[in-house]
Amino acid sequence: MIRFENVTKVYDQKAQPALDSINLEIDRGEFAFLVGASGSGKSTFLRLVLKEDRASSGAVYVAGQNVANISSWRVPRLRRGIGVVFQDFRLLPQKTVFANVAFAMQVIGKSRSVIRDTVPEVLKTVGLEGKENRLPHELSGGEQQRVAIARAVVNKPGILLADEPTGNLDPTTSMGIMGVLDKINQNGTTVVMATHDDDIVNEMRKRVVELQNGVVIRDEARALYTSMIPVVGQSRRLRDASGRDEPPTVAPPAVAPPVVPPRADRRAGSRAELRTAEEGQA
Amino acid sequence: MRLAFILGEIGSGLRRNLSMVISVILVTFVSLTFVGAAGMLQLQINQMKGYWYDKVQVAIFLCSDGSTAPGCATGPATPEQEQNLRTLLQSPAVAQYVNDFQYESKDDAYKHFKEQFSNSPIVDSVTPDQLPASFRINMKDPQKYEIISETFSSQAGVETVIDQRQLLEKLFSAMNAASLVAVSIAGVMIICAILLIATTIRLSAFSRRRETGIMRLVGASKMVIQLPFILEGVIAAVIGAALASGTLWAVAHFFLGDVMAKQYPDTAFISPGQTLILAPALIGLGVVLAGISSLLTLRRYLRV
Repeated sequence: MIRFENVTKVYDQKAQPALDSINLEIDRGEFAFLVGASGSGKSTFLRLVLKEDRASSGAVYVAGQNVANISSWRVPRLRRGIGVVFQDFRLLPQKTVFANVAFAMQVIGKSRSVIRDTVPEVLKTVGLEGKENRLPHELSGGEQQRVAIARAVVNKPGILLADEPTGNLDPTTSMGIMGVLDKINQNGTTVVMATHDDDIVNEMRKRVVELQNGVVIRDEARALYTSMIPVVGQSRRLRDASGRDEPPTVAPPAVAPPVVPPRADRRAGSRAELRTAEEGQA
Repeated sequence: MRLAFILGEIGSGLRRNLSMVISVILVTFVSLTFVGAAGMLQLQINQMKGYWYDKVQVAIFLCSDGSTAPGCATGPATPEQEQNLRTLLQSPAVAQYVNDFQYESKDDAYKHFKEQFSNSPIVDSVTPDQLPASFRINMKDPQKYEIISETFSSQAGVETVIDQRQLLEKLFSAMNAASLVAVSIAGVMIICAILLIATTIRLSAFSRRRETGIMRLVGASKMVIQLPFILEGVIAAVIGAALASGTLWAVAHFFLGDVMAKQYPDTAFISPGQTLILAPALIGLGVVLAGISSLLTLRRYLRV
């Protein structure tokens, strides 16, 4: 569904690339977490999928189509196949819950009757029955995020991208949101979620792709959020003024026992690349 | 559905930006009024030129019933006198200065008079008898007017010889200068209008960035996102152009029609209806102004 082939994204020629020769494939119907420290390239990954930015090199395929070959007037068609949810909900404050969700259908020219039928159905899916006429500020954060999810999936996209959707929510509410995302995933939508929320990742046991400095350093199925390793690596790097540091080791069994064998091929590839990159720096 | 949606977006955009929209309307109104004023002056010049102005330079008016000139002591010009003048015009002494000439009978004169003064009350009180017949002469060299004047003024049956161009040209050059001034002011005002429309659309795009951001994300087409903004500018400009057209009509109707026509009954003024031919041009100009400035603005401030 989403495939990155050797994708590099450079914002500033002098700085480190935001994404560095990423190879990644996310299959149809999969649920994948994108984890990593701030600045590791998660948001850039999502922006490239949406064609908000162009990759500096390499190819991004969405639903089998190389996004570089999509002409600018067809980009809206690409985006209709992708739902997006943000940390800050991005609802329209003066519109009701119903109108907020309906807005996504109006602007792509859906008929009134289709909107009347579809919106209540989607609101039911995200658990907001009976709140159609509320305004966003009358809802809790969790409910607002449910509205945002409803808006993202109301046009039945094949892919749902979520950029830290639980970043503003407490743990209990977050689990409720994850329930909604899981339900959407069960219905066949591919879900890619960028997050810092280790509890959620550990609870869900889905595929985890970890980015660090624009490189995939871990890609495991049904994995845990094990951000300790890159943190250790970074702090060591901070301490070591000479700049010579070892490549970070992957998930020591004591911290994160892999439930299934890790995807050895992908991991090896990304680690090899990481090592080359770091040797280059040193 | 989509149309209703776009119209709703336009409405809310105009409401939110009301003060800016009003200023756009006023600036386009003033600038297009100046453009229209220049157009009106040109129409007025055409009106005053009448039937003969561009075709001939010199007119020899023949005596008619009411003529008091010394050459008309014998009453209206007779056919023999007319024939004499015609022969004289064709004689080698005169013909070397004349390209060609035409005879305007009383009936022709009445017809042309009615055309030129169609907007003036004077037209109803004039009969063909009151108008003189004339020879209209197209000179090889307009400067040689004196020769014709000297030759014909003293002929029997000739009331007067007039170089119409000399009479009108001073007036026309003043009017042309006035239209030039109007166009220059209009130019400055139009630049002002373009910048103001650009600023208005920028503000509008900024105040609705939340909506447009969401529209982009859910895959709304470029047209659905940008059209409301473009149409907002266009609507404001069209209202301004309509006001300008209305003002020109009012000037023609109340000032030229009621005041000037009474003070100068022997001058042909344009009718209010004639100013309406300027309206489509002004509205078209308003649409183009708004369209261009909004396209340029949106390209920078509303990426899709």
